Amino acid sequence: MLNIKNLHASVEGKQILKGLDLQVEPGSVHAIMGPNGSGKSTLASVLAGREEYEIDEGEVSFLGKDLLDLSAEDRAREGLFLAFQYPIEIPGVSNINFLKTALNEIREYNGLPAMSAKDFLKRVKEKQALVELSGNLARRSVNEGFSGGEKKRNEIFQMAMLEPKLSVLDETDSGLDIDALRIVANGVNTLRSEDNATVVITHYQRLLDYIVPDFVHVLYQGRIVKSGPKELALELEEKGYDWIKEELELA
Amino acid sequence: MDTITKATQSQKEKFLSQFKENCCIDTNRDLQNIREAAQAALEKLNFPTTRDEYWKYTRIAPILRGTYHQMPGSEPVDLGPTLIENMDSYDLVFVNGYFSPEHSSRLESESWLVLPLSEARNNYPELITKHYGQYADYEKHAFTALNTAYCQEGACILLKDNAQLDKPVRIINLTQGDAIAYHPRNLLVFGKGSKGAVLLSYETGSGNHAFTNAVSEIVVQENAHAELFLMQHKSDTNSHIETTQVFQEKNSQFQATTITLKGKIVRNNLNVVVDGENCLTRINGIYLTRGKQHVDNHTMIDHRQPHCESHELYKGIMNESSTGVFNGKVFVRQYAQKTNAFQSNQNILLTDQATINSKPELEIYADDVKCSHGSTTGQFDEEAVFYLRSRGIGEASARKLMINAFAADVLEYISIEPLRDRIEAYIEERYETVL
Ligand SMILES: Nc1ncnc2c1ncn2[C@@H]1O[C@H](COP(=O)(O)OP(=O)(O)O)[C@@H](O)[C@H]1O
Ligand SMILES: [Mg+2]
Repeated sequence: MLNIKNLHASVEGKQILKGLDLQVEPGSVHAIMGPNGSGKSTLASVLAGREEYEIDEGEVSFLGKDLLDLSAEDRAREGLFLAFQYPIEIPGVSNINFLKTALNEIREYNGLPAMSAKDFLKRVKEKQALVELSGNLARRSVNEGFSGGEKKRNEIFQMAMLEPKLSVLDETDSGLDIDALRIVANGVNTLRSEDNATVVITHYQRLLDYIVPDFVHVLYQGRIVKSGPKELALELEEKGYDWIKEELELA
Repeated sequence: MDTITKATQSQKEKFLSQFKENCCIDTNRDLQNIREAAQAALEKLNFPTTRDEYWKYTRIAPILRGTYHQMPGSEPVDLGPTLIENMDSYDLVFVNGYFSPEHSSRLESESWLVLPLSEARNNYPELITKHYGQYADYEKHAFTALNTAYCQEGACILLKDNAQLDKPVRIINLTQGDAIAYHPRNLLVFGKGSKGAVLLSYETGSGNHAFTNAVSEIVVQENAHAELFLMQHKSDTNSHIETTQVFQEKNSQFQATTITLKGKIVRNNLNVVVDGENCLTRINGIYLTRGKQHVDNHTMIDHRQPHCESHELYKGIMNESSTGVFNGKVFVRQYAQKTNAFQSNQNILLTDQATINSKPELEIYADDVKCSHGSTTGQFDEEAVFYLRSRGIGEASARKLMINAFAADVLEYISIEPLRDRIEAYIEERYETVL
């Protein structure tokens, strides 16, 4: 469903992604790990369509479409979702109103009628329960005054509401205590299906105990330098990234 | 006299002569005295220039250069532009400053008077003379003097003690035709323990380059609750100067919301004198500017007595090369201990060309008070826009959501629901295409 070929991207004249390849099939979970500053969030931003990132080379296709050709909103409407590493606070815009607008714009794009108020509220209730977000938080301004953990849960709540085909979770585990981590992972696992896929960006192995990946990739200096099964994550946890660096130097 | 002063002088003469011709003598001696005093003051006063601190950022020369007509609007009057869906109100309609009885609901009852000022002056001279001209200072302010000297009509709303208005009163000022000028004059008295809401609106039916110079005196007596909504929705070629002078007695509550949607040069002077203990004052404003529009809000809250609270929140959404001014003065006199006064002005500039001069001024002479002020001006939060877009919301609707969110904390104080809906819809329309 997602096919990234030889992706080069830069920001403010600085090259960050330097020939990245990645393929994600429906029904799979991929973990992308890598040291700080290796380009993980940049990859997420480029996929989501952040305009300050320049694409210098390469291709990205998503469900048969040229992803790089689409506006940020159209990417979301095609079924891409990014859970932000740092969710934004938007005072005055209620979570509910925001999600209703988003959901209905996505539906309109896909030729579906607007959701009835009743069905919408039913979905809100159901998904809210899934991530154990209190009704009060769901109704408040988007992320305003939320704790770090609440913001992350709100990202997963939004994901659950919008039912994307491909979700990219950028360090959704950072700053979460073990309970919150379990809630977030449970949300993600419940939403897994044969038709959708998840890319989990993290630099701790911890999350992968809960969201078990089919593939683990190591992103280093703007490229995927190693891929393997879920055991690779354990190996990274144990040995750190130095052995990968050494392997690279030897090669 | 140097040449500049002479030029100014002759411009003033020419400007004033247009209003002198048509004016007007009051049969009531007290009122005529006030008119004559204002005319005499006007002889001495100069119209402000940007050299005056109080008018530093607002050039009124284009207003003074205008040639104006004073005439009734054409019949039949089309009130279409003033329509507010589902609004149920007692209306007083003025077209080009002339009272329009067939569109108005005059009220004269035990509880209240809702009348054109001319009629109230004739029929209730003792009620009028008690308040008229007692609050708005025509000795010092040229536009107040101009209004007091040459006003012909306006609205008089008098709530007797403990009267509760069952519907809002709406004072509609409609301008029809080119280069129309008039000086609407309103007197609103909320008697002891009374309660009511008044919407004062200025709108354009047709025509360009009109000028209105309004003065309202508002008295809020003990324990009364008064709400005022000022809606300025004139065309972008019409200019407007509005002076609202409020006097609050003890235990009273006053709330004003100034909504400026259109206009070429708009200057609002809103002054509240809080002259009793335990008063609550809330003055809010929202202004949407565009083109070369200039909107200036000058407010003053004068805390003279202890144990009062005031809240002020003005928000601007400024587009294109429009300019804005916010100057909010809060005066806490030495005797006014335990005053809580909060003021905030926030602006979003939609372009690099739009500018705002925002100046909060707290003058505090009491020591046991809680006062704060803040002013923020910024562009759109592009991070937030991106966040919304990344959830599938189109760029234009993302910006609209953000504008509505920005306006929300002013709009939530508009207790007349149809009015709030109208303003919300207007904001929707306004930013449908520009963003
Ligand atoms: N907007 C930006 N402006 C300048 N430098 C950036 C920007 N975004 C990322 N970078 C730089 O790109 C590199 C990769 O960052 P990032 O993708 O956030 O890494 P990771 O998420 O793997 O920690 C870092 O050196 C970072 O400083
Ligand atoms: Mg990162």
